[in-house]
Amino acid sequence: MTLLWIPLLTLLGVLVPALTARRGRGFCTLATVTLPAMALLLTLSQVPALLDGELPRVALSWIPSLGLDLAFRMDGLSLMFATLILGIGLLIILYAHFYLSAGEPYGRFYAYLVLFMLSMLGIVMADNLLLLWIFWELTSLSSFLLIGYWSHWTDARKGARMAMTVTGAGGLALLAGFLLLGDMVGSFDLGVVLSSADVILADPRYPVMLVLVLLGAFTKSAQFPFHFWLPHAMAAPTPVSAYLHSATMVKAGIFLMARLHPALGDSELWGWLVTLTGMTTFLYGAWFALLKTDLKAILAFSTVSHLGLVTALLGIGSPMAILAALFHILNHATFKGALFMSAGIIDHETGARELGKLGGLRRAMPITALLTTITAASMAGVPLLNGFLSKEMFFTETLDTALLGGLGWLLPVLATLGGILSVAYSLRLVHGVFFKPAKEVPPKSPHEPPRLMRAPVELLATLCVAVGLFPAALATGILDLATRAVLREPLDFHLAIWHGVNLPLVMSLAALAAGITAYGLHSNIRHFARQFAPIDARLVFEGTIQSLVARTQTLTHRLENGSLQRYMSLLLGTALLLATLGLVELPELAGDKPTQPLDAMLVLGSALMIFAALGTAITHRYRLISLLMLSVVGLVVSLTFARFSAPDLALTQLSVEVVTMILLMLALFFLPQKTPQESSASRIIRDLVLAGTLGMVVASLNYAVLTREIDSIAGFFIANSVPGGGGHNVVNVILVDFRGFDTLGEITVLALAGLAIFKLLNRLRLFMPHSDGEGRVWSPDRYPMILTTVSQALLPLALLVAAFIFLRGHNMPGGGFIAGLVTAVALILVYMARGVEWTQNRLDFPYQPVAIGGVAVATLTGLGSWLFGRPFLTSAFGHFHIPLVGDIELATAMLFDLGVYLAVVGATLMILANLGKLTTPHRPTKEAPAVSRKETPAPPSEEAPLILDTEKSQRPSKEKA
Amino acid sequence: MEPLMAVVIGILYAAAIYMMLRRSIVKLVIGLMLLSNAANLLIFTSAGLTRGAPPLVPEGLAEPLGKVADPLPQALVLTAIVIAFGVLSFAVVLIRRAYEIVKADDLDKMKDTDT
Repeated sequence: MTLLWIPLLTLLGVLVPALTARRGRGFCTLATVTLPAMALLLTLSQVPALLDGELPRVALSWIPSLGLDLAFRMDGLSLMFATLILGIGLLIILYAHFYLSAGEPYGRFYAYLVLFMLSMLGIVMADNLLLLWIFWELTSLSSFLLIGYWSHWTDARKGARMAMTVTGAGGLALLAGFLLLGDMVGSFDLGVVLSSADVILADPRYPVMLVLVLLGAFTKSAQFPFHFWLPHAMAAPTPVSAYLHSATMVKAGIFLMARLHPALGDSELWGWLVTLTGMTTFLYGAWFALLKTDLKAILAFSTVSHLGLVTALLGIGSPMAILAALFHILNHATFKGALFMSAGIIDHETGARELGKLGGLRRAMPITALLTTITAASMAGVPLLNGFLSKEMFFTETLDTALLGGLGWLLPVLATLGGILSVAYSLRLVHGVFFKPAKEVPPKSPHEPPRLMRAPVELLATLCVAVGLFPAALATGILDLATRAVLREPLDFHLAIWHGVNLPLVMSLAALAAGITAYGLHSNIRHFARQFAPIDARLVFEGTIQSLVARTQTLTHRLENGSLQRYMSLLLGTALLLATLGLVELPELAGDKPTQPLDAMLVLGSALMIFAALGTAITHRYRLISLLMLSVVGLVVSLTFARFSAPDLALTQLSVEVVTMILLMLALFFLPQKTPQESSASRIIRDLVLAGTLGMVVASLNYAVLTREIDSIAGFFIANSVPGGGGHNVVNVILVDFRGFDTLGEITVLALAGLAIFKLLNRLRLFMPHSDGEGRVWSPDRYPMILTTVSQALLPLALLVAAFIFLRGHNMPGGGFIAGLVTAVALILVYMARGVEWTQNRLDFPYQPVAIGGVAVATLTGLGSWLFGRPFLTSAFGHFHIPLVGDIELATAMLFDLGVYLAVVGATLMILANLGKLTTPHRPTKEAPAVSRKETPAPPSEEAPLILDTEKSQRPSKEKA
Repeated sequence: MEPLMAVVIGILYAAAIYMMLRRSIVKLVIGLMLLSNAANLLIFTSAGLTRGAPPLVPEGLAEPLGKVADPLPQALVLTAIVIAFGVLSFAVVLIRRAYEIVKADDLDKMKDTDT
């Protein structure tokens, strides 16, 4: 469990700066440092266990179905990286304390920094590939925040975006690679993956997976050709550059390669890809480091170069090469971290970062000059410093590898060339800043930085020297643990300064000599390089992104021009294509099932339906006739249901048909009266063809289904309806019991639709039109006598029928839906016969609570089963004897059905009554768009006339049929 | 009678789609209504055409005696009918609100969100 506290403490540490930022910077810095420092101590406390050969692990199950566990481990490799991350991170926080200027929100900066620390810790400690990936993405996010910290500055925003895009894209590739890897091995557990090298290497998908994983690693570690984001990320504050871009984030890719080396590394493909990418990056970075003039740009390209060196070593992959790679990671973190901080100090104290503006600072900043010289010499590989040791090991390995076969001599030559370049740029950096006479006076008068700001640099420079002098004593322990974790067996090695006169030493000395010469010829080199047009990676990147955006926008505009018809025809065309493909695959349209004989009733009904359907479409310009045709379709559909053994459906369809027709009549009334000019002939033909072919395809589909035997799951429902649900009407039992959850969702939707309509119509004022769209004047007889009388007599009867239908619903056709609709229809009839005014005076309650109450009753019924320890919506039923009434079967499903009933009644009335209200005499009777949304209604008057004839001229021009 | 049923449903679909492809909003609404009828019929018939055997269990028995109609599509269609009503009315009101801005019964004029 101690292990879990390392990331956990760091996670808590993210909150600390945010909470303490108000207490002043000193306090905030101290508080921020506390928790990561404790995490560092905890990390170091694991050392004894590691020395005993144990592997501390902790695993909590997180999402087992995905194979994602909250699993951490602490092997030698994790230990080395965690120490680096926490150790250098603490130094960086101390450094940032002095670096940031007074007005800047340091609390936020520290929080981002610690968040980044956490994500790096997660990567190096994760014991599960998916968990590792999550932290991997978190580093991309947190580094985005850090690079873009000076968000008012365009370069910072662009640099942050570029880093995010490149590493984010790599992250996606990595995820794909991990998923493949997990699929090959059958587990995302790191331990399992690492010990399944034979399975992985034998899998045919190995090359694809390897390329995907390496894409992730290369983008993160800025390997050529993905290196271009790193120099632009230098727009970040220098502490960020020193932390992310020297010691940690860019090492994440390298860490990943080292971590997965046991599982993936033993193949030719790995050797070629990784070594050659590494060598290319090594030389490319070194060349550009020599040409740049900005201090941070030089350091950035030299980082790219050194990352290439480590990558090449990992590609070579021999035990000693792994050792050299790990050793160089440590050394690079010390000298490059120190150099970045020195660059920040120079920038901070002089206000300039360009080599052309700097010079002769040795006098003003002697100690900084000494520290920078030591660390730069280490970078160049000068003997007696730590950089020399690992660089010489690199030379040795390039000599020993058999990778390129006959061309094997190429690697050491290239390595020496890179060595020459790094000597030259290191020399140029130190000489240009401290020793060469200044060309111009820097913006600020230079002086030494505060004592504590220099302290991290001093510590790191001391380490460079100490490790360089006593490598065996200082570095052997941690390297032994780390190599053991990568190689999975102890490696017998001996770090020493002096190996005798051998080829690597000659290479080192040659590189030193040639590097000094190259610096001497530096102006010639720059002159030579100037012949090539410089490529600004940012311009290329931005250009690519912008052309991509432009192209997708063109495509989007072409696909989505805003026309509903366009979308529908695209959608229908696709459906047509897919359905046609499916039909073509059928051997023949008709199945084996014999067709049933026709009868006169059916032919008649079908003819009626076809007539009405075509009539609806043909008469579409005469709205009222079209609607009447539509209602015929609805009625025949209801008869069809009755004919084919669906009494419940027939009842529902019939009652819904009534409310729908009322709705559509109202809609005709307040939807636009004018119809646009009819479409062009070509468009009509297109629509006819599309509609016709789709109709044919649907008919064929339907016929194909109808003539085949279908294996339905209905048997279960029929068999269990009585014993399990206590009801004889299977359809109703399905609705309220088996699939009660669906029904609950549906009544919720219905109630929501009602509420939304209520809100949408709120305060809507409509003029009272004189006539319908076709010029028919409304009847002056608003409330016909016969209808009024009949409706009054019908209401109690209808309510009684509704109650009857509701009660018998569980056993006979009926139920909550139908009863609700019947009730709603009966009440609507009263509204129509008597008007809203009259009805509301007598039926004075809002329908919203009814609808909501219905949903609540249904939900509570469902929740009630929890009281008895059953799952949501379990129903219970039993037989009861009620005096006078006799034996009766009661089920909780009935209570649920009551909720359905209430929801249907409430929602339907809410919809129709609200729509109907729009047309009462309360509304202004003039057509005036401004009035239509006025908030105050006109004074009510029972006798409000319909529109007077004198107002005719103000009415909309009649729609021409 | 299966071929006839298929033809009827096909024609319902064709009429509905033709209506929905018109420019007028009112026609879109009518088309929507036709389409929901057509789709309900399609789902309902997909379980086969059974006559005179509603899915009811006779009183006193645990299971129906003979083969009965498939209750599952019936249950699905029943809620679909009610929901179709809710959706239709919502669409009508929404269109009404859109009309207040566009001021024309023309879908071709509803191409932007910032008219």
